[in-house]
Amino acid sequence: MDDLLLRSLIPGVLGILVRRGADFAAAEDAVQDALVEAIRVWPADPPRDPKGWLVTSAWRKFLDATRADTARRRREGLADEEPAPGPVSGVDDTLQLYFRCAHPSLTPGSAVALTLRAVGGLTTRQIAEAYLVPEATMAQRISRAKRTVSGVRFDQPGDVRTVLRVLYLVFNEGYSGDVDLAAEAIRLTRQLAAAVDHPEVAGLLALMLLHHARREARIGADGSLVPLAEQDRGRWDTAMIAAGVRILQAALARDRLGEFQAQAAIAALHADARTVAETDWVQIVEWYDELAKLTDSPIVLLNRAVAVGEADGARSGLAALAALDETLPRYAAVAAHLHERDGDLATAARWYAEAARKASNIAERDHLTRQAARLNSRGGQPPGA
Amino acid sequence: MAKYLLLKHYRGAPEAVNCVPMEKWTPEEISAHITYMNDFAARLETTGEYVDGQALAPEGTWVRFDGEGRPPVTDGPFAETKDLIAGWMVIDVDSYDRAVELAGELSAAPGAGGQPIHEWLELRPFLSETPNADADCH
Repeated sequence: MDDLLLRSLIPGVLGILVRRGADFAAAEDAVQDALVEAIRVWPADPPRDPKGWLVTSAWRKFLDATRADTARRRREGLADEEPAPGPVSGVDDTLQLYFRCAHPSLTPGSAVALTLRAVGGLTTRQIAEAYLVPEATMAQRISRAKRTVSGVRFDQPGDVRTVLRVLYLVFNEGYSGDVDLAAEAIRLTRQLAAAVDHPEVAGLLALMLLHHARREARIGADGSLVPLAEQDRGRWDTAMIAAGVRILQAALARDRLGEFQAQAAIAALHADARTVAETDWVQIVEWYDELAKLTDSPIVLLNRAVAVGEADGARSGLAALAALDETLPRYAAVAAHLHERDGDLATAARWYAEAARKASNIAERDHLTRQAARLNSRGGQPPGA
Repeated sequence: MAKYLLLKHYRGAPEAVNCVPMEKWTPEEISAHITYMNDFAARLETTGEYVDGQALAPEGTWVRFDGEGRPPVTDGPFAETKDLIAGWMVIDVDSYDRAVELAGELSAAPGAGGQPIHEWLELRPFLSETPNADADCH
């Protein structure tokens, strides 16, 4: 049985149950129960209409679970009035689900977990594995999140940007269990793009594809981080890059620029260069200027300083950096890079060591420690020089 | 079987014999060190002696309850502390001797000049053993 197909049906089924008046938390449990039954029954007896089958089965599970409640009579009345399940356009329901799972009342971590469970159809165990926490811990987090959004009413459309932020968080989690969260985020964003016509949804999808296309080249054989300039560009997935660029171009043509489209444009310019030297840094700086107008994130200005260093020389990059706050994450790494390009290797080595101390993950810390070590031990010759 | 915690310190442990800050090593020496640590953990997984291992960031904060209805007090980063944990590994081994043997092996990870660091690792038993049944019989 196709696990992906099954999972892609979940948001629609869940949406229908919620629209019929089922409480969100109870509906979610019922859908999970129906999935378990589908996995058991379908291989021997595949349904003609899988989604209809799931709706019927989940609705029954929901009724079973609530029948003992004091609300029994009302629930059954609700079931009688409901037309028989048939092919339903799930578009609006699916969207509603995305908005619910990304609701601003949830913390980002809870929104991500709930999205993976309710929209992505992952099991609690799979989500727990991806986050390296015990299953019971993740189960509690998801229950809390479900309770938080259970009473939320949806009479007006939510903010699509909140949904996109949650999907981008999922994408950046990478993978550690048996589920590749980056691939999962791409699948969900594709699904969202099919349901909602918004250039930023396309922008995020393009951005994810362009990053994902470089993933193989980003990690060395020993698990170490390989920076963009040193990546083997032959290992980039050119078909995925082409798909990302196509989606981005269609989005840009609509002339409603947003931050994901601008970020995707920068990623596309990197992907387009066959060698580091061919990178169009001047255009990248222009896109960073656009991006800075769209967001007040100081991280954008930090990345812009790197691009300016490449386009106009290290001195200009350092001047752009001087205007920024030293406590920004990755400030030290950028300072180290620009000082090295400026030829001040002792200062660069000090900044690399400082950046290593502040790194938030081991791969990054090891990479930055190696950079400091390279400048300290070889009189600053770059690798291969 | 008994569980032991192997603690690696940023600061607070007696000085290692081969004590050179990591950023003064060569990149190859750093790679050799990381490979040794990863191989060590992978080997313990195959012997069924590995439980868990985590690295910690060098920054930390002291936090204390400050009375009902008030936010907890924080004392900024560990400026005054003498001890700073860099990370841990939990092992599940047959005996204390085996735990000491493994800690010694980990302390032999190569450092500057490709020589073992000879760093001090702290070995602490877990208080999770059920009381030995024979203990009551005597």
